[in-house]
Amino acid sequence: MNEFVATVVRGLGNGSIYALLALGFVIIYKSMRVISFAQPAFMMAGGVLVSHLVLSMNFFLAVLISLLLTALLGAGVERVALRPMIGKPVFVIAIITLGVDIVIRTVVNSFIGLDIRQMGDPWGLKQLKLLGVTIDQRHLATLVTTLVVVAALFAFYRWSRTGLAMRAASSDQEVALAQGVSVGRVFSLSWALAAMLAGLAGVFLSTGIGLEQNLWLTALKALPVIILGGLDSLGGAVIAGLTIGVVEALVGNYGGNLSPVFGGDFFLVVPYLLMLLVLLVKPYGLFGTREVERI
Amino acid sequence: MLAATNLEVVYDDVMLVLRGVSLEVPQGQIVALLGANGAGKSTLLRAISGLLDVHDGEVRRGTITLDGEPIHGLGASRIAALGIKQVMEGRRILADLTVEENLRVGGHVAPRSLKANLDRTYQLFPVLAERQRKTAGYLSGGEQQMLAIGRALMSDPRYLLMDEPSLGLAPMIVQQIRDVIVEINAAGTTVLLVEQNAAMALSIAEHGYVLENGAMVMDKPAAELLNDGDVREFYLGLGAEGGSRSFRDVKHYRRRKRWLS
Repeated sequence: MNEFVATVVRGLGNGSIYALLALGFVIIYKSMRVISFAQPAFMMAGGVLVSHLVLSMNFFLAVLISLLLTALLGAGVERVALRPMIGKPVFVIAIITLGVDIVIRTVVNSFIGLDIRQMGDPWGLKQLKLLGVTIDQRHLATLVTTLVVVAALFAFYRWSRTGLAMRAASSDQEVALAQGVSVGRVFSLSWALAAMLAGLAGVFLSTGIGLEQNLWLTALKALPVIILGGLDSLGGAVIAGLTIGVVEALVGNYGGNLSPVFGGDFFLVVPYLLMLLVLLVKPYGLFGTREVERI
Repeated sequence: MLAATNLEVVYDDVMLVLRGVSLEVPQGQIVALLGANGAGKSTLLRAISGLLDVHDGEVRRGTITLDGEPIHGLGASRIAALGIKQVMEGRRILADLTVEENLRVGGHVAPRSLKANLDRTYQLFPVLAERQRKTAGYLSGGEQQMLAIGRALMSDPRYLLMDEPSLGLAPMIVQQIRDVIVEINAAGTTVLLVEQNAAMALSIAEHGYVLENGAMVMDKPAAELLNDGDVREFYLGLGAEGGSRSFRDVKHYRRRKRWLS
């Protein structure tokens, strides 16, 4: 039982990272109807900034500054590389984000180097005994931070003037313009938010285990997550992220003995299998919005 | 006064849709803009409200002025902040937002007076107050039109540009919309009303324009337009002798429209 709970918590910790990444995808998709493949780069940028800043300051301050810088980077990329492409086919824009991803990651990699960089976080690989269950502190920290960030994000979209304007622009750009919403600002803000969330994911992903060049591959796990949750659903991204994290952890822990056919690394495939199964039943994803329509 | 002078608008760099259109909307009035499909009515409204960009359109020549200050070339959001709001054709409510959220989006440029404007809008459209928390996409057509109008009013605009508010609505609802327009105008908002329903538009307007093929062909007080032979025949569906006419009497080689102006 204890092992089970510990596994679930580990899954939730990893799932939170997927959720943060997926939220970025969804935010950009909602505002521009484009899937941004630049998310892995922002994730790495957030991580690498902290690993350098932390040498001269407190970890939390470093995270704060690095998130701000990552957000600026996101807004800057949108302004320079994507704003001129407004109105062009979605496919073209998606490919541009792919290019942006490669450029940023190349620069970031030169700051990572060949070794593993430590984040200097207070959690490390330390463990915690809670009601008889041993869990990694970093998983708990990730989960709690994600929940707080997600709650803040939802409140922002639900109640703030800017959040509402962003929802309006995602629903009908021309209408939003006619109401005085500056759609350009909505785009920059979406990119800034998405980059910041990815940066946060990068920080938590590399706490404890450290940051290395190949870590960006984790960001691709966000793809099955957004498809599972529904491309345009923030709530879906969070729930699907956590679900995939937990299922992955459970299969990783118990699946090895169950399936001699699949071998021990079966858990790596599980997110994609889950995605396939859900798509068979619900083509919009679990929480993707169908069009509101009067009949 | 909102005015357009010698306005030329081109879509996609090639299609000349407005060719030297001039129009004046004096403060406090209701001005009607009539014209057949494709005459350029919506284009004129878009040019004023700054929404041409979205449709790849561009003002090539001429000016649009608000109280003498040129406003063409400002972005749509700046123009909305200056107090010119457009109610777009086909209602265009934000279907997946609630009624109240739609209205709050309308108040985007006037965040300080949101509460007062919300109250005023609910007073003007009691039916919206009942539906506050409902998803806007499930409202009836008439309610959606009221929501679209209410949304535009949420920033307390000085000028309201309405693009076919009676489109696709039952005659009873059209009456209601008509009354609402009069009420809005009485409360101090100037209205530029684009309509296919010429009888409705001219019955409440002080002044009327007829736009055809991208050019203004008539510019007269509404009362005169109502009595104009050509307008009666082509826009009000009345015969030259007055009284409605059956389609049976219409010859298929019927007189082509020609404006002498």
